[in-house]
Parts: sequence; structure tokens; C-alpha cells
Amino acid sequence: MSGARDQVARLLALVPYIQSREEVSVEQAAADFGVRPEQIVKDLNVLWFCGLPGLGMGDLIDVDMDALDGDGVIRVSNADYLSRPLRLGSTEASALIVALRALREASDDAVRPIVDRTLGKLEAAAGDGAALAARVDIQVGSAAPEVARLRATLENAVRTGRQVRLGYYVPARDQATERIVDPLRLVQAEGNTYLEAWCRTAEGNRLFRLDRVSAAEVLDAAVTDHSDEPPRDLSSGLFQASPDDTLVTLRLQPQARWVAEYYPVESVEEVEDGGLRVTLRAGDRGWLTRLMLRIGSAAEIEDPVELSEIVRRAAQDALGNYV
Amino acid sequence: MAARKSERLLNLLITLLVARSYVTKARIRSVVEQYRDAGDDAFEKMFERDKDELRSLGIPIEVGHLDRAFDDEPGYRVERAAFELPEIDLEPDEAAVLGLAARVWQHAGLASATSDALVKLKAAGVSVDRTALNVAQPQLAVEEPAFEAFWSATQTRTPVAFSYRTSGSAQATLRHLQPWGVVSYRGRWYAVGHDIDRNAPRLFRLSRVRGEVTDDGQATSFEVPEGTDIRALARNLAPPAGDQRARLLAKPGAALGLRRHARQSPVEPVETQAAPSDEPAGWDRLEVTYGRQDSLVDEVLSYGADVIVEAPEELRSRVVARLRVVAEASEAPR
Repeated sequence: MSGARDQVARLLALVPYIQSREEVSVEQAAADFGVRPEQIVKDLNVLWFCGLPGLGMGDLIDVDMDALDGDGVIRVSNADYLSRPLRLGSTEASALIVALRALREASDDAVRPIVDRTLGKLEAAAGDGAALAARVDIQVGSAAPEVARLRATLENAVRTGRQVRLGYYVPARDQATERIVDPLRLVQAEGNTYLEAWCRTAEGNRLFRLDRVSAAEVLDAAVTDHSDEPPRDLSSGLFQASPDDTLVTLRLQPQARWVAEYYPVESVEEVEDGGLRVTLRAGDRGWLTRLMLRIGSAAEIEDPVELSEIVRRAAQDALGNYV
Repeated sequence: MAARKSERLLNLLITLLVARSYVTKARIRSVVEQYRDAGDDAFEKMFERDKDELRSLGIPIEVGHLDRAFDDEPGYRVERAAFELPEIDLEPDEAAVLGLAARVWQHAGLASATSDALVKLKAAGVSVDRTALNVAQPQLAVEEPAFEAFWSATQTRTPVAFSYRTSGSAQATLRHLQPWGVVSYRGRWYAVGHDIDRNAPRLFRLSRVRGEVTDDGQATSFEVPEGTDIRALARNLAPPAGDQRARLLAKPGAALGLRRHARQSPVEPVETQAAPSDEPAGWDRLEVTYGRQDSLVDEVLSYGADVIVEAPEELRSRVVARLRVVAEASEAPR
């Protein structure tokens, strides 16, 4: 039965939409309403039987069927009482206002005033419907405008099937890298935007977090077809284990419990003082050393024990800078 | 058949919209064909359902009496001022901005709510052409399953109960909240509200909500305190604005992560405090702005011997103390 409800919602917009434009092609109306042209024609057929109470001769809404059948053009008359659309619902108004605010956060000085003007007019038109929007706040972070620009560039490269030269910062190794990739798709995960790509340099599927991309140059060269590669399954997390990883067991004090949440862990075990014993995969010993230096005395490597010697030496080296 | 029902709903709406005053049920029945043709019971049922359906679209159907003096049968109407979208006159660049906004939400429900809003604006004569503006639009992703429950509880002001696990504890606990608002901070969603268990305003990270979110009271059963500033509350999420400055030395080609938010000092610093006498040749002097000392200490430590703190002294001695603990840790395995 929701069919009729949706249809009525559409008609309440379609009738003023056409009247405010005098005439519209079926194709254009379908595009603006996000439905198929056949649906628009079905909707118009409903109007044929609608009008002022009593539905006498002069009371019916008039749809110009000749124009519709002949030229695919919609003209509607005798429906002055439906010249304006229904006001915005609370969720509609809020969703649009919040989207505009996100856009505002990510826009530059040239666009921000336009967004502000739009927001002002929209909030005025929405009236009470905008009340919920006041209780939603968006803070996109300082990297957002750059991420949005990069995403537009990379989406374009995906669409046109072109290789991309990426400048990419690898935090695990504290390295700036450059590589050529075949971009596959953009994905959103764990609060960040990633490019999934076939890295031609590493010859493997990789994820690149956009806020770590320092440069993206779209090349003329076309990508290789990777359609035989299944898309990466992100449902179990972004981390991909490698057979070369070292399994490390850490004993975490309560203040270092965040490690178990921040990094993918193989196992977690509660210990009596409120701390944790976790096992995680370290693909890179440099990474583990840096993590251990950061956590300091709140964590201890239980296994393999020789790694704690590496960490201790790294701390001694660093200390040598000061004494 | 959907078309027949659409026709009936629309004719009912037009009847109520064009009426100068309340229309009685009897009059409605006489002018809407399908009501006229139905039996008494069928009409009553149909009429009740139709009213509900129109209301669910956001159509304000009012109930009232034609004549106050007589206790007559109630009638119905739709007041035009409450029904219609007010005039909205958008410049082409503003309409283009709306077009971009339509693609911001990466959440099925809110993306379609945004499209519905845009369809209404198009119906009000706005021509949306997003190509008129060359702006890369941001995306609002919603990965947290609990988001929808909190969004709608915020909207209806319904208290909620949910199981929540903080980062510092192993067990999830049952929490009770009057949700005042929802906040997105750097891609993650939070609910902010009055925490009934703690009797204080609190923020909850939605990715830490476990399982179902259930209603814990009636809709509109609480008020958001006057003057509540969701944005200000949310600001507590962000690290404090950096108002302190540190001077660091970094080995060439190292500490790249730090360099991403540091500034290479253009000139030799004027302060003399704690400058190492045997400054390593060729290292870069960086200036970093920070809010919380502990965070910067953590970050500096992670670069080991590749970064040296020059100033301030407090930061420097904190780094040294932390390094000493690790450097002097007992060698004996436990």
C-alpha cells in the first residue's frame, strides 16, 4: 500500500513542479524526480481523475494528453490550488541542512558565503522543520577540504580508468613513498576515506587513506583490467594479515587498554589488575618499537622477549640525545 | 489498486485544502467517489486509514467544529499556510550548492530524505544544477548501526537505553540517556545528552553501542535544557586548540608524520634555553603547536632518537623521564 502513499507524495510535488515551469518533458521530470519516465506517465494518469470536490466538468485537473502522447511534453492546468509543494518534513529539512553544513565546513572562502546564503534561505523556508538540525553538529576536521578534493580527482581517475601517481605517507614505517596505482574504488571505513587500488609498484591490492596522500597525479596511461580480482572484503576490518607478520604478546596496563581498540588484535585476555594481555600482528618491527616507546611503562612485551631488548636500546639511543 | 487509492487520497486532500472552513465527514463522503460507493463500515475504515496516510506524509489535517455554539459533528481541514512550502528564491549558485548537498549523505535513509527535500524545492521552481559550481563535496558516512535510533530519538525526544562499552572497561554496561543531539566529529558519530545514570551531560561514541537501542520512556518526555549548545558540548571532543609551542629538532628525512603538522622554523630561534651545545649538524628545526602536552610527548617518543625536544623545558624533561623508564627497564624476563 506504500505505493499509493509514495505516488501521492510525488504528485504533490509534480503538479506544482510542472505548473511553475509551464511545460516539462517527461524525460526531464523523470530525471528531476529520480524515477523512470513510465512512472511519471502513470502518475499523470492518476491526476486525470482528480480535481475539485464533486468532480464536475470544469473541476477536473487537466493534463494535456495530446502533448504527452505526441511530444512527450507535460502540461497541466486547472490545478491552481496545487501551485506550491508541501512544506519540508522535519527529517527532510534536517538532512538537507546538515548536509549543507558539512559542505560549509569543507568549502573554501569563495564558496562558504554561498553556502551561508543558501542555509539562511532554507532555514527560513523550513521553519519549525529545521529545529532538529539545530541539534545535529558536524565537525569534519581540518583535512576535510583536501580529502574532498582528492576524492574528486580519484573518482574521476576510477571513472576514466587512468593510472595515478600517488605520494603516500606510510605511518607504520614513517616513510614518504611514491607509487603508481590502478585506482579501483573509493571506500569509507572507520571514519576515513580510502582509495582501494592495485599498486603497480608493490604488485598487490592496497588501501590508501586519503588524509595520508600527499599528491595524486592522474596519468595518461590506462589501468590494467582487474575485474578478475574480487573486491576487498572490508566487513572484517581494514587490516590484512600477512604470513610474514610477527605475532607479539603484550601485557597492557589499564591506561594502555586503548591499544586493543586502536589496533586489530588476534586475542584479548583480561588480567586481574584491570589490564589486558593482547596478541597482535606486527608487520614491521620499526612500527612495534615506535608503539612501545609511545606507550612506555604502561606496556610490556611478553613474547618474543628479544623484542623488548630492541625497544630498550631504542630508548637508550634516544636518551643519548639528551645526556 | 494503487492508482485508485492515490486518486482517492488526492481528492480527499484537495477537498480539505480548498475548503473555506471545516468539512464534515458526511460532506467528504458525498464528494469523494470511492467513499460514496462504499458501505458505512468500509467508509469509516477507509477514511481513518486515509487520514493517517496523509498525515504520515506531513500533511497537517486539523480537526475542529464548524460552529462553536453548537456541539455539532467535528469537521476537517488543511490550512494552506501550514501545508505549503513558503516562497524560497534561490540564486543559481545557491541552487548549485543544494545540488552538491544532495550527494553528501552516505546513508540510505538520510540520502533519500535529502532527495525528497530537493524534489520539493524543484517543485517550488528551483532549478538545481550542480555543475555550475566547481566544488568537491564532502561525504557524511554513517557506519554506526546505532545512528538511526539516536537520530530519531533526538528528533522525537525519546529517552533511550543501550548497552555501552567504554574504552577503559571490559564489560558493556546498560546506560540511560535523554538524547539532546547527534554529532559527527571527523567521521565518527556521537550522541550527546543527559546521562541519567551519571546525572550529567555526557557524550557517547556510537560505535561503542552494543546491540539494540530501546526506548526508555515516552516521546517528548524530556526537554533539552534551554541554552544547550550542542556545538560547544561537541567541542569537548576535539583536542584543545593548540596554544603552546614547542621547538624540536628532527633528523633529515625522518619524523615525517610530525612534519605534516609542524612548521619548519625559518630562522634560528631567539630563545637560548635548553639549546643543546652539540646540536646535530644538518637536523631540521621544527616548530609545533600543541594543546595537550601528553599527546605531544607520546608523538615525540614514537620517533625515538630521530626527534629531540629543545623547548620548552617541561616538555623536554617529560620526554627524558619517560625514555629513562623504558631504557632502564629490567632485563630479566618475567
